[in-house]
Amino acid sequence: MPTTLSVNGREHRLDAQPDRPLLSVLRDDLDLTGAKYGCGEGQCGACTVLIDGRPVRSCITELSECDGKRITTIEGLAKGDDLHPLQSAFLECGAMQCGYCTPGMILSGVALLEKTPEPSRPEIMHALQGNICRCGTYQRIVQAVQQAAAAPKGGVR
Amino acid sequence: MNTNPWLDLEPDVELERYELREQPRYQFELDRRDFFRIVGSGIVVCLIVSDDAEAQQRGRGGRGGGGGPAEIGGWLHIAESGEVTVYTGKVEVGQNIRTSLSQAVAEELRLPVASIKLVMADTELTPPDAGTFGSRTTPDMAARLRRVAAAAREVLLDLAAEQSKSDRKTLKLTGGKITDPATGKALTYGELTKGQKLTKTVQADVVTTPVADWKIAGTSAPKVAGTAIVTGQHRFASDIKLPGMLHGKVLRPPTLNAKLVSVDLAAAQARPGVTAVRDGEFVGVAARTVQEAEQALAAIKAQWSTPAEASSTTLFDDLKRTGDAGGAGRGGPGRGGGGSQGSIDAGLAAAHKLAATYTVAYIAHAPLEPRAAVAQWEAGKLTVWTGTQRPFGIQSDLARAFGLPQQSVRVIVPDTGSAYGGKHTNEAATEAARLAKAAGHPVKLVWTREEEFTWAYFRPAGVIEVNAGVSKEGKLTAWDFHNYNSGGSSIRPLYDIPNQRTATHSSQSPLKQGSYRALAATANSFARECHLDDLAHAAGIDPLEFRLGNLSDPRLRAVLVAAAERFGWGKRQPAKGCGFGIAGSSEKGSYVATCAEVEIPPDGGKLRVVRAVTAFECGAIVNPDHLQNQVEGSVMMGLGGALFEAISYVKGRITNANFSGYRVPRFGDLPELETVLVNRPDLPSAGAGETPIIAIAPAIGNAIFQATGTRLRSLPLDVASLKG
Repeated sequence: MPTTLSVNGREHRLDAQPDRPLLSVLRDDLDLTGAKYGCGEGQCGACTVLIDGRPVRSCITELSECDGKRITTIEGLAKGDDLHPLQSAFLECGAMQCGYCTPGMILSGVALLEKTPEPSRPEIMHALQGNICRCGTYQRIVQAVQQAAAAPKGGVR
Repeated sequence: MNTNPWLDLEPDVELERYELREQPRYQFELDRRDFFRIVGSGIVVCLIVSDDAEAQQRGRGGRGGGGGPAEIGGWLHIAESGEVTVYTGKVEVGQNIRTSLSQAVAEELRLPVASIKLVMADTELTPPDAGTFGSRTTPDMAARLRRVAAAAREVLLDLAAEQSKSDRKTLKLTGGKITDPATGKALTYGELTKGQKLTKTVQADVVTTPVADWKIAGTSAPKVAGTAIVTGQHRFASDIKLPGMLHGKVLRPPTLNAKLVSVDLAAAQARPGVTAVRDGEFVGVAARTVQEAEQALAAIKAQWSTPAEASSTTLFDDLKRTGDAGGAGRGGPGRGGGGSQGSIDAGLAAAHKLAATYTVAYIAHAPLEPRAAVAQWEAGKLTVWTGTQRPFGIQSDLARAFGLPQQSVRVIVPDTGSAYGGKHTNEAATEAARLAKAAGHPVKLVWTREEEFTWAYFRPAGVIEVNAGVSKEGKLTAWDFHNYNSGGSSIRPLYDIPNQRTATHSSQSPLKQGSYRALAATANSFARECHLDDLAHAAGIDPLEFRLGNLSDPRLRAVLVAAAERFGWGKRQPAKGCGFGIAGSSEKGSYVATCAEVEIPPDGGKLRVVRAVTAFECGAIVNPDHLQNQVEGSVMMGLGGALFEAISYVKGRITNANFSGYRVPRFGDLPELETVLVNRPDLPSAGAGETPIIAIAPAIGNAIFQATGTRLRSLPLDVASLKG
């Protein structure tokens, strides 16, 4: 039975096996490679996408769980050339080194800012505890989330 | 198992050997037609490096003899459009050299950083390079590309003088244009190169812009291609997709040294769209999706013979027992090897003596992007996209594995999801290529996290024995220091010790081991700086004062003082249950000191590093913001090795081969990080991606000692054993 997937505002009808991980469907079938494989067990957060605004580990989420839900990947975050304030803040704070964890970090941060527009430092660290940056840029990522929180509102979805 | 000299998998690997491989190994025939075929008209400037010049530049004469073949160390093209493209075999793995090298070129050509395009690590386009490691990009490659760009600037001035018939000396070069003040007429680089097919080769003697005149280098230019990262547009090797591409999986042995006895591929082969391959010890499948490949792999029946294999419970005994008599380090004096002077016995005779043994565990690099490759065969030619620190080494691996001439293999390394010394090899490249050959389609193979934790290689474990003496006045009198297995980097103390002996001992490593960020400098600095701390306490002298009282080296003194000042060392006392620690060290031409504050809750709660202040000096600073980023990241990564990272194995099986079993630093471990960058514009820039990692572990260990009176001598530090 085909699954209907709504990704970044576009509907996709897929004939993929319903038990396939969402991460694999996004990357291999839809060529949306912004979400990364890091561990396959929901431990590192590199595969994070938003489902109905909530951060979800797509590597341990089956396609069948996503039918009819609204999925946002990193590719769908900017509006054209206008970056999301958190994307801009990551650039301004230099909150990355290799950048492999960055899409997952940003989406986890976006979900936090949606729920808690002015998070405290402990709230940020708690919300991002499940995301690993092996390059160790945690301090800058915290700064980037704080900076985006302080940015003029309107861009945050 | 390892017959390939490029694969750094020998169990007794001597770490300094990695550095010996830095020199370009291949001769690149200079043929101007080739350049213009690739890049179109314009100007091409090539830097010729001879073995002699390189050896001299690095202060390491003698190797390779004199008069070696000339090789191209870097090249640059200015197109008729004015576009500047620079070609280097180095790889970007998060250390931000794409940015710093662009800055160096932009500086010499008086252009904005955004005008420079860097083509990196493509064996078909870039000059051969032995690899991106050893903190050599900044001292070597940046210096080379600077000279290439400076020479290109001179060619442009020549052209401008010729075309405008004006005095070359009066021409002004700014913002991508050369202006003749006499006429006010300006020519862009594109106009100057139009219709040209000029090549220029330059030697090492080109004059480059002095540090004092830097306007682009030395500034915090933002990360080049950062926007592609934050929008998810950048394609890592694991993101490459080709038409008709299949997905691969490889059958792994049940234990590290198990051998394949027999295998039955029939059930796998019978599945739709599956190609199953056995070639010697290699067994793998390719299928239309990852899931189908996994199912096919599960259908393979294999029998293995399993030899008796080691467990981590006996690791340190194993290393000590199999250790050889030792040498003074193979690197020679001044390169972090060992050596001796004076008499240890005499030095110990009239002193307070302290002997102790330190250990460090195997740890994993765990780059967040695991080994990955996409392989494609076309008309007998193999192209592989993969993440590695040694693109040309992987090219050789592939050529050898498939019996191909070097030029029939192309390796392309997209900017990679980190490495930390862990991607000198990339077995996924050979595996994907073997599967693609059998399947007749391109194949992508991405190692699982478990594979990355099991079948890559580890930072060497080690046992370090130290025996030292200190006089009543607090002067170091003797230093006898032996490292079993982990290596000789930073083994020689910079302290003033009249009687000293340092030696490395090779052992039989139970696990595959290899390069890791800062090599053995972490282990040797940990043992040295903890032992010094003990001696300071024995002498009743403040640990900072004790170090400065035994240290003439001005650069190490400077970072110790800078870190201590920012930290407020000596200005305040730790609260109850807290401790302060300081440590300093040097490696690869740069200097680091860290002060740490730890908190150990009296109720048996978790130890926390509250604050870490690091001072770092690596000569003239190329990009302050990215340097600070490297320092912060190194300290954070070093915190993992200090507090919890350790590979555990039982009878040849890694038992914590995932992120739930192998704990790495997370947000909750983040201390207040402060960085003091000590700029030395009078000194050549050294690399900065490694050394800042080496002082945090002893700083934490020393802080724990101050807080508890307990000296922990193993990495990771067994904080669970502490009582607050």
